[in-house]
Amino acid sequence: MDTQTLIYLFVGASFALYIGIALWSRAGSTKEFYVAGGGVNPVVNGMATAADWMSAASFISMAGLIAFLGYDGSVYLMGWTGGYVMLALLLAPYLRKFGQFTVPDFIGTRYYSKTARVVAVICLIFISFTYIAGQMRGVGIVFSRFLDVDITMGVIIGMGIVFVYAVLGGMKGITYTQVAQYCVLIFAYMVPAFFLSFMITGNPIPQFGLGSQVNDGSGLYVLQKLNLVLTDLGFGEYTDGSKSMIDVFCITLALMVGTAGLPHVIVRFFTVPKASDARKSAGWALIFIALLYTTAPAVGAFARLNFIDTVNETSYSEAPGWFKNWERNDLIAFQDKNGDGVMQVRSGDAFEGAPTFAEGTGPSGERLVTNAPVADSENEVYLDRDIMVLANPEIGNLPGWVIALVAAGGLAAALSTAAGLLLVISSSVSHDLLKSTFKPDISEKGELLAARLAATAAIVVAGYLGIYPPGWVAQVVAFAFGLAAASLFPAIFMGIFSKRMNKEGAIAGMVTGLAFTFGYIFYFKLANPAANVADNWLFGISPEGIGVVGMVLNFAVAIAVSKMTASPPVEIRKLVDSIRVPRGAGDAHAH
Amino acid sequence: MSDDTDTHQTSEAEGAYWRDNVRLLVTLMAIWFACSFGAGILFREFLDQFMIGGYPLGFWFAQQGSIYIFIALIFYYVVKMRKLERKYDLDD
Repeated sequence: MDTQTLIYLFVGASFALYIGIALWSRAGSTKEFYVAGGGVNPVVNGMATAADWMSAASFISMAGLIAFLGYDGSVYLMGWTGGYVMLALLLAPYLRKFGQFTVPDFIGTRYYSKTARVVAVICLIFISFTYIAGQMRGVGIVFSRFLDVDITMGVIIGMGIVFVYAVLGGMKGITYTQVAQYCVLIFAYMVPAFFLSFMITGNPIPQFGLGSQVNDGSGLYVLQKLNLVLTDLGFGEYTDGSKSMIDVFCITLALMVGTAGLPHVIVRFFTVPKASDARKSAGWALIFIALLYTTAPAVGAFARLNFIDTVNETSYSEAPGWFKNWERNDLIAFQDKNGDGVMQVRSGDAFEGAPTFAEGTGPSGERLVTNAPVADSENEVYLDRDIMVLANPEIGNLPGWVIALVAAGGLAAALSTAAGLLLVISSSVSHDLLKSTFKPDISEKGELLAARLAATAAIVVAGYLGIYPPGWVAQVVAFAFGLAAASLFPAIFMGIFSKRMNKEGAIAGMVTGLAFTFGYIFYFKLANPAANVADNWLFGISPEGIGVVGMVLNFAVAIAVSKMTASPPVEIRKLVDSIRVPRGAGDAHAH
Repeated sequence: MSDDTDTHQTSEAEGAYWRDNVRLLVTLMAIWFACSFGAGILFREFLDQFMIGGYPLGFWFAQQGSIYIFIALIFYYVVKMRKLERKYDLDD
């Protein structure tokens, strides 16, 4: 069977599986729709959380980013895993004990205020839509490269699938499809990684391979060889970063705290039976996530080494097949600046910006680009970092079924995250805005219908963003984490650990953190991108890491304001006492 | 919490449980900070002079080690809390 048929087969079979699971696990009540009935086994929930959490960015982009950032890529590795320690220790068990459906539920109840609830809903919707646009783009990339359909069609198919299982199944359907999606995506990620690691080092376990010697007889370790090769070509050392220490520190912290404050992650811990299960479940989630996250740096390093080995100083006419495949998809370009027909990979950009292709081909057969060449760099090859993982099986000459598997894995990663995000958007609309704020007399059936309609509307908006990605999508991914870190996390944390924190303090803190972080990112990313250099940054902190300062401001303002205003009422202090102990409310007084 | 009287008080067991929990949290979060922000970022350059296999040690903490330690921290907390909850008879 040829590769293309295999891809259709794998992707088709995985889609059929997801829909089958969705039909089997339809939600019948709001409790099933919002939190899967609250009876999910902690290990199963951990697996679903891992799929929910690992998005198209984790699956497709992260290894590529690390390949090019080297040590600086550590911010993603530590940042996107360390947050689970905060979740397990500081938030999840208490929120589970609280026992409601959504994050704004907690904030609205704990701070006895509809305003606080609405502020939380606004943070949540903003965070989730920013995030979901990226997922739809991921779906589009995979479809256009692997299935030869155009991006619009790809996004519509993706929307259709998510519609079936998110709208019908709610959290219950999503949980069990995410378990299937985790299995697909982790298998798809690990198989090429084993092959690559074995090919380069002779050790099939990537985590060990990255610390082993290259099996080319040189006796050099992988990282040593990578450092040598890169410095030869004018790049910096792989194990040495270029970001300042304070920036690395702040980005890592913002990603960690942001992870712990992301509503679609938090809400997963509402689905387990008990508070102690929430802790256990966060541990399992991190194990499942760590499998991919400790493999990614190895994949990144191997891919970088392999790419330079196969492309640098190779004449274009002898370029490998995958090079030309991805060139056809606009993600690779070769501009023969010195006219020798041989590809030189060096540091620096080959030309200005992303490639715009002209009609026709150059003397060696390469697609011509119209971009202005960058004169002071000898680099001639443009490479979109996103393709590192997708092209790996082809670069490593792996069989067709591995390529098909990676296509199905990329889609699983994007769809599982999109579904989780859609669910928190729809439940915040139907539950927090309608049921709890504007239309308290709505019936159970009416609320369930509203949740399904809201999910449908959110899918349409997300699909629109995927088909017509606004230029700012890639620019504002930092928003999601920075805003979650600066707004939701401090409010939830203080709601559990401080009995003195009141509604005035919490609202003032959330608004300050949100406004500051939003303003800083907006200024440097959208209003005045030219000024986005280290010299202009506050304390040398880039917009990616500024959520940390927003978080500190949130805490400071909240504590100051709460000291000047009345203590929360006695019922609220009782509520805090009750969420701090795992034993159920009904049992607490039975002697 | 429906049968409460007007005055609100936590039981002694609940208070002691919470203090023990907070003490444990502070210890574990200190380790969390030390392995990631400490070994992986602040002292990375110093640690890079040592090697663990082919990894410079600071680099290893940043891209591998801290993640393994995170997992260990969560499961240690799970086990420890289970014991605390039994001790104070507050388990769920």
